[in-house]
This record gives sequence, C-alpha cells and structure tokens, in this order.
Amino acid sequence: MAEVTPLPSASGAPARGPAGPGERLVALSGAGVSRGGRWLVRGVDLEIARGEIVTLIGPNGSGKSTTAKLALGVLGPDEGGVTLGRGVRVGYVPQRLAIDWTVPLTVARLMRLTAPLGRDETRAALTRTGVAHLAAAEVQTLSGGEFQRVLLARAIARKPDLLVLDEPVQGVDFTGELALYDLIAGVAQELNCGVLLISHDLHVVMAQTDRVICLNGHICCQGTPHAVAESAEYRRLFGRRAAEALAVYEHAHDHTHLLDGRVRLADGTIVESCDHEHGASAPPAGRQAGGGGDA
Amino acid sequence: MLDDFFTRALIAGIGVALVAGPLGCFIVWRRLAYFGDTLSHSALLGVALALLAEVDPILGVFAVCALTALAMLALQRRGGLSSDSILGLLAHSTLAIGLVALAFMTWVRVDLMGFLFGDILAVSRADLVAIWLGGAAVLTVLAWIWRPLFAATVNRELAAAEGMAPARAELLFMLLTAGVVAIALKLVGVLLMTALLIIPAATARRFVRGPEQMALAAAGIGCLAVTGGLYGSLQFDAPSGPAIVVAAFALFLVSLLPVARAVRRLAGRKAEGAA
Repeated sequence: MAEVTPLPSASGAPARGPAGPGERLVALSGAGVSRGGRWLVRGVDLEIARGEIVTLIGPNGSGKSTTAKLALGVLGPDEGGVTLGRGVRVGYVPQRLAIDWTVPLTVARLMRLTAPLGRDETRAALTRTGVAHLAAAEVQTLSGGEFQRVLLARAIARKPDLLVLDEPVQGVDFTGELALYDLIAGVAQELNCGVLLISHDLHVVMAQTDRVICLNGHICCQGTPHAVAESAEYRRLFGRRAAEALAVYEHAHDHTHLLDGRVRLADGTIVESCDHEHGASAPPAGRQAGGGGDA
Repeated sequence: MLDDFFTRALIAGIGVALVAGPLGCFIVWRRLAYFGDTLSHSALLGVALALLAEVDPILGVFAVCALTALAMLALQRRGGLSSDSILGLLAHSTLAIGLVALAFMTWVRVDLMGFLFGDILAVSRADLVAIWLGGAAVLTVLAWIWRPLFAATVNRELAAAEGMAPARAELLFMLLTAGVVAIALKLVGVLLMTALLIIPAATARRFVRGPEQMALAAAGIGCLAVTGGLYGSLQFDAPSGPAIVVAAFALFLVSLLPVARAVRRLAGRKAEGAA
C-alpha cells in the first residue's frame, strides 16, 4: 500500500515552511486509486511547482476530481505515492458544494469555515473576486456564478501555497468564464502560489495555463496548451471541432485507451499500457507520462 | 430548594436542554435523526448492564451507546447493508436485548415505563450532579471541535483538504451524542429522546442566520420546552416526559408563523453590526 509522506524541502534549504519560487509543492508518482476492483485513475505522475498553473482536462469520469483529491491528500493512493510539501497551505474549491437549507450560513460565515478570518481580510478577499456586496447574504440564495466567486474568495483568503480549483467556472456564462479565469490567473500571480485547475474546456483555459494534462483514467498527453491541442490524443478525446481553434495537424493513431487505464491495440489485444510516446511537448520538469506505466 | 422534587426536575431538564440543543443542530444538519434514535434505543441495554454491574446507569448507558456508535461505523465500512438498515438493525436489536435482559433479572425491580418514557420527577441530587458535570464536559468538547465539525458538515472533502481532520471530529461527535443520551435518559426516556435533540434545533432554524446563533437558540428553546412541559404536567397531571416533547412541538408550530421571519431579520441586522 502506498502512503502519503511529507516531502523534505525541495530546494535543499532547512525544511522550515515553504521555500521560494519554483519550489515543488506536490508530487504524484505513479499514483492510482481503485474502487471496487476498478481503477478510477492509474499511473498518474504529476508535479506542481510554485508559480505554475496546471490544468487538468478530460471527459466525464476520466478521474480529474480523483486526481485533484489525491494531490490534496483527501484520498490516499492505492498504488504509487503522493508527497505534499511540508508546510504547504492548501486552498480548495470543490466541484460540488450543496448546502442543506437546515444549515444557516451567510457568506461572511462561510469565509471563516476552516480558519479564523478578520473582518478586513474577509472584505478584501470578497472585493478581490467582486462579491463584497454579498457578505451578509445567505449562501443558499446565491446564483451559480456568485457562489463560485465566493468560494474562490474563501480559498484565496487563506493565502494558500497551492490552490486547487475543481471546475471553478461551472454555472457561469461565457463572458463570466473569461473574467473568472483572468481573476484566477491574477490572484495566482499575486499569491505566488501553484494552481491545479480542473476544466472541461481547453479553449478558455489555454490563455493563462502553463501546462495542460489530458486525463482519461491515466495521463494521455501533457504539455503546453498549444502542444496538447495539436496532439492526437486530445483530438480523439474532445473531437476535431473542439480542437479546431488551435489544432493544425493530426497524427496516426493505433491504439485506444480504455477507462480502466489499459490499452486496446489496433489488433484488438488488450495490454496494461502503450509503449510509445504520446504526441506532446515535454513539460519543464522533464517528461512525465507515457501511459499507464513506464516501468 | 433542592429538596423539592419539582425544582430538581426543572434544574435537571434545563441542564439537559442546554446540551441537547447545540448537539441537536448537528443531528439536523448532518441528517442523523435516525442515528440519534438508534443510540437512545440501545440505552435500555446500558441500563440492564449497569444494574448487573452495579454501577450508575448513566455510565452503563454511555458505554453501550458509544459501542453501538462504533459498531455502526464498523458495519458501514464493511459495506453491504445501507446505513438506514444498519441503524434499524442496531436500534431494535439492542432494545430487544435490553428488554430481554431486564426481564431475566428478576431480582431487580425496574420501572420499565420510566426508562421508556422518562421519569424526571424521580431525579435525585446525584443525578443532578451527573447531568450538569456530564453536560459541561459534552459542551466543552463540542466547543473544541466546533470549527472542524462544522466545516466537515458543510463539505467533508473541503475540510479534509484544508487540514480540519474531519474523521476525528466526527468520531468525537458520536461519543458526545452517546453522552447526551446517557444524561437525558431520565428526562424523556428511550423512546422520546430524539425529539429533544431534533425539535428545538428544527424550531431554532427559522429564527436565525448563523450556525452559532442556531446552537444558542436551540438551547434556549429547549429550556423553554422543558419549563413549559414541566409546569404543564404539574397543572394537568400529565406524564412529564411526553409533556416536555408536546411543549417543544408547540414551539415548533409557533416557529412556522410569520413572527419567526421578523426575528430572523433582526438577528441578521445584529450579526451584521457585530461582524
């Protein structure tokens, strides 16, 4: 069984609190989660450094949220390892946050959910995301977009080292989506934190993201947004139209990735992993993925 | 003053209501009504074991309730049966075992009706001490785990991601619920226990805008119900436990009137001023 272990400071400095820019915040190596004999994700290698925006994309059920929960330490890996840097403070915007009517909760109280927060800090964070006027509102009365902005304000008010956002633009219209992504990019720069962002939509994310990881039970391809948009894996997952805006060419493809992380080859046989390099440029930290297992 | 049985009943009832209110809020928020019911059903077995071991029933009830809560956790982890089936299974099995055990113990004379529906008028000075000390302990621990428990109630994964250790808070919460069942047994008995946890909290919801407000309001409403119920039972010569629950229900009906909304608006303005 794999374990979540604390990571000594990557910079080699005395391991006392988070270090400077570029420091590794979280690292997944060959991590997998299985439930009821089925792998939700498998063989995920992923590192997020301070100042870096990493976007996870993939179809429904591809294990995006599971991967985020692995990185957060909410789920333990059944295989491989997850190391969260020592003293790394996490801010999390979950995908679904349904609050029962029986729980009386105003926006101001939600801001203090996991840590005490002064009145001025509360106001500053809500102002930053443009919802300061909602401080006294009950959360059940907010619209989808307002609620997402409140959740983002709550996460950034913690001054996190690592910000994990699970589909933060859900329930937001297209222009609002662009504004929200600008906001996230701006906030990430101010806080100098690492960002792990989960999205359905490559088009909009691309502008600010440093690295896109395309997930479908395992890492299909990763690299700069442009490289991923051009990769055959991405086209296969999202269809030609989705990639049209940026895509230029398509390469030949001879195998299919199954949802459990295994691979069906052109001749119909099923193997544990594919043995070729997926078409994407290498991330700054060196190439990470090559299907379900490079070993 | 404590020589008067009615005064003792009143002090005991208020002591229990002050604890049951805040804890009951979490029962309502987390949809654990049936869980509370299961723990109180198992209390009778605790009484039987306490009589066998010749210890205070409060200790026996707490021990059996805590074990029932842990058994429920273990069965849930194991998978298979759904939560409500597990709760129903445990609730009625423990109640039945308790009834059988008491029937076999022919050498003790037990007032079964007292345990089933409460016998607050028989509260002794020792009971008073146990209720108030136990209640203070429960409230202290609840205050200590308040933030993580509430955070886990809003969203468990969010709480876990941000270092709130929800599993520990939830385990302690189960033990606290066992503690409340133990000290409230004399007041309303096994069968009416859940009412004391849920009705004041459900009533409070309509008057408040924040979780802390709701906990305080539920405690206050519980005290009102206990006082009203006890005076009512004296006045009309009604059984005291059921009278308290009837009084709580009457307060709940009042909360459905428009007056609750006015209070809530006032509470909101006050909270804004204080924030």
